[in-house]
Amino acid sequence: MNLEFSEEMNMLQDMLNKFLHNEYSFEQRQTLSRQGIGYSEDNWQQFAEMGLLGVPFDEQYGGFGFGQAGLIVVMEAIGKGLIVEPYLASIVLAGQLVQQAGSEAQKRTLLEPLIGGGLKLAFAYVERQSRYNLADVVCKAVKRGNQFCIRGSKSVVFNAETADKIIVCVRTSGESISQAGISLFIVDKGSKGLSTRDYETVDGLRASEVHFDGVMVDESSLIGELDNAYDAIQTVIDSASAAICAEGVGVITQLRDKTVEYLKTRKQFGQPLSRFQVLQHRCVDMFMHEEQMRSLAYLAAIKVTSDDASESAKSVSSAKVYLADARTIVAEQAAQLHGGIGVTDELDVAHYVKRLTMLNTLFGDRDFHLQRLCSL
Amino acid sequence: MDLNYSPEEQAFKLEVREFLRTNYPKDIKEKVAKGVALKKSDYVTWQKILYKKGWVAPSWPEQYGGTGWSPVQKYIFEEECAAANCLRLVSFGLVMIGPVLLEFGTEEQKQKYLPDILKSDVWWAQGYSEPNAGSDLASLQTRAENKGDHYLLNGTKTWTTHGHYADMIFVLARTSQEDRKQKGISFLLVDMKDPGVSVEPIITVDGMHVVNQVFFDEIKVPIENIVGKEGEGWTIAKYLLQHERTNIAQVPRSKKQIERLKALAEKEQCNGKPLLEDTNFRRKIAEVEVELMALEMTNLRVLSKLSAGEPPGSASSLLKVKGTEVQQAITALLMEAVAYYGFPYDKNVMLDGWQEDPIGPEEAIFLAPHYFDWRKTSIYGGSNEIQKNIMAKAVLGL
Ligand SMILES: Cc1cc2nc3c(=O)[nH]c(=O)nc-3n(C[C@H](O)[C@H](O)[C@H](O)COP(=O)(O)OP(=O)(O)OC[C@H]3O[C@@H](n4cnc5c(N)ncnc54)[C@H](O)[C@@H]3O)c2cc1C
Repeated sequence: MNLEFSEEMNMLQDMLNKFLHNEYSFEQRQTLSRQGIGYSEDNWQQFAEMGLLGVPFDEQYGGFGFGQAGLIVVMEAIGKGLIVEPYLASIVLAGQLVQQAGSEAQKRTLLEPLIGGGLKLAFAYVERQSRYNLADVVCKAVKRGNQFCIRGSKSVVFNAETADKIIVCVRTSGESISQAGISLFIVDKGSKGLSTRDYETVDGLRASEVHFDGVMVDESSLIGELDNAYDAIQTVIDSASAAICAEGVGVITQLRDKTVEYLKTRKQFGQPLSRFQVLQHRCVDMFMHEEQMRSLAYLAAIKVTSDDASESAKSVSSAKVYLADARTIVAEQAAQLHGGIGVTDELDVAHYVKRLTMLNTLFGDRDFHLQRLCSL
Repeated sequence: MDLNYSPEEQAFKLEVREFLRTNYPKDIKEKVAKGVALKKSDYVTWQKILYKKGWVAPSWPEQYGGTGWSPVQKYIFEEECAAANCLRLVSFGLVMIGPVLLEFGTEEQKQKYLPDILKSDVWWAQGYSEPNAGSDLASLQTRAENKGDHYLLNGTKTWTTHGHYADMIFVLARTSQEDRKQKGISFLLVDMKDPGVSVEPIITVDGMHVVNQVFFDEIKVPIENIVGKEGEGWTIAKYLLQHERTNIAQVPRSKKQIERLKALAEKEQCNGKPLLEDTNFRRKIAEVEVELMALEMTNLRVLSKLSAGEPPGSASSLLKVKGTEVQQAITALLMEAVAYYGFPYDKNVMLDGWQEDPIGPEEAIFLAPHYFDWRKTSIYGGSNEIQKNIMAKAVLGL
């Protein structure tokens, strides 16, 4: 057993820390988040040059083959810097879906430009009624000759605005809420009948409602087998869930660190707030949660690729439950302990708080994952 | 013990309900129900309607425009207002400076300020907190030098709610340096239109502008604008902080929010069924309801003591801590109810409501910002930690 990062991972981590330190101040992040497309295309190209976009992909397609271990290193940095570039949407979700379910030809044509920074993807999987149930798919694709016609809507599709292509999960057969009968198609953003309504998210990112009004796609746009995409989707969502647990570790680390520092400097009643034991204990609770969260995030990263599906699900959902608890133990306390400035837009703390809170919602909240653990 | 309202109280309840049904403006009601930001004009409109009816200041003595209601009647009024989605009147005039002037003000001050407070013609702000004086309010640094016919005021106040709307601000300022920091503080009434006043917005986590930092630069405050005696400001400040704390628990409002939560969960889907039928979600609502039920009864017990003429004492600290915890728990559940629809954010919709088709459930877009914004309730009005310190000391003698 060896629970240390490999030399390669350490180098990746150093490179990311340097990037955050030199080129990603909170002020720069805020400016990017609020303008234009909500992130920097230059940064994206730089990510490509740094090799970040190839981290989880196999070497034969131009990636680094670092897999989930590589992802946690990148995602932890994304959490630390509150990075707004569409790594989760384009690489972790859509890119991995291609790697997981795509044909040899699709992998060759899609992954190389994706890794090179010339192609961006998004993954549309949420629907108005679906909540966190990945099988609750109503949006339909119907066969017409050797084409498929897609009709329906997808909700809260992260970074669809700047994606060149959208991977969408649709019902091709079966009852709604059945795992069988779900298929994946990759659709050009510019397709006739495809429209998006783009918006900001409360945690400073971008998402869209995506409407398919009789969008026609060729059979070659099918990713994976017809009717049989559910397992691939679940696999990739689990990988992404493990990845955002690592992002959460980055956010929690920052909030704990900033809160401890603040209490040491802020004086009331003639002494630093850090002298008050009740506040010390809250910080210690944050610290313990941070360490336990890190453990579960690493465990999930190791186990998520396990052949034993229930082992994998167990590790991911456990980590996700812990991530949800960070809302009360870390996010709410960080705001509380900062007093008034903890609820202002100006201070970075509120933005870490927002991201950590929304990570609970992403890919299923506490109840959802506890329920899943109970059913394993 | 009898929890039922008397026939008179019951009749009063119906009278209030009927009045609100026929007089409360529909557009404001809708905004409150959805969570759209309120404008100054909304507050003024509703306050003027209540003023005409004579119901604007339940806590004031009748001769100055109060209602002469019993504590139970006040509670009934609050209950009905919450049930009708009434906006909560701004407290700085009616609940803060008004009662202070009634208790400590001169007859001239009462005549000069009280009528405009009732009519909402003059808006007040609270100038207590400073950048370095939050929980430790008594360490405030704003200075007022006695120059004979005026005080020369210099310094800054922060977190000033509605500072950008206010015509007047009541300010705690240091008029002398004494051995104890609570001494030498005076309570001054300052005109916000003085050219020496400047107001800088502070944007909160929900993206809204409600609070401000206020700067005072060489302001001449007329000597008659002091309330009480020079150096006795701390007594007044404390009086204000303890006054009229029975509404602090906000039980009726929380009940209304639970109702709203259930209605929302009835519409949202989970595995093809209403979310409200999901055992996990149901259980979380039940947990808050248990806490709220206890809080309501505790609040009524305090009211009953008040009716019997006993002071509320440190009960207000308990009501504040538990009240804010319940409110915050409900904001979290509202946000959780809409799952992914907690993500969309649009400042313009926050301010004016949807002008086009909503994204997801109509009210969803407000819920995450409200959850984040509501964190403030355990910070302001004496933080929850400070309230616990008070109870530890005053109630338990620790
Ligand atoms: C939205 C909003 C509106 C406001 N409106 C107004 C207004 O209109 N007028 C006005 O005057 N003020 C207003 N305030 C200010 C408010 O009263 C202060 O924020 C509050 O008193 C806390 O002070 P602080 O922010 O400086 O936090 P601090 O006092 O610095 O406290 C930081 C943290 O330390 C904790 N802490 C401090 N002392 C102790 C202790 N002894 N033991 C244990 N824990 C402790 C606090 O509980 C808090 O968690 C407003 C604040 C907000 C957020």
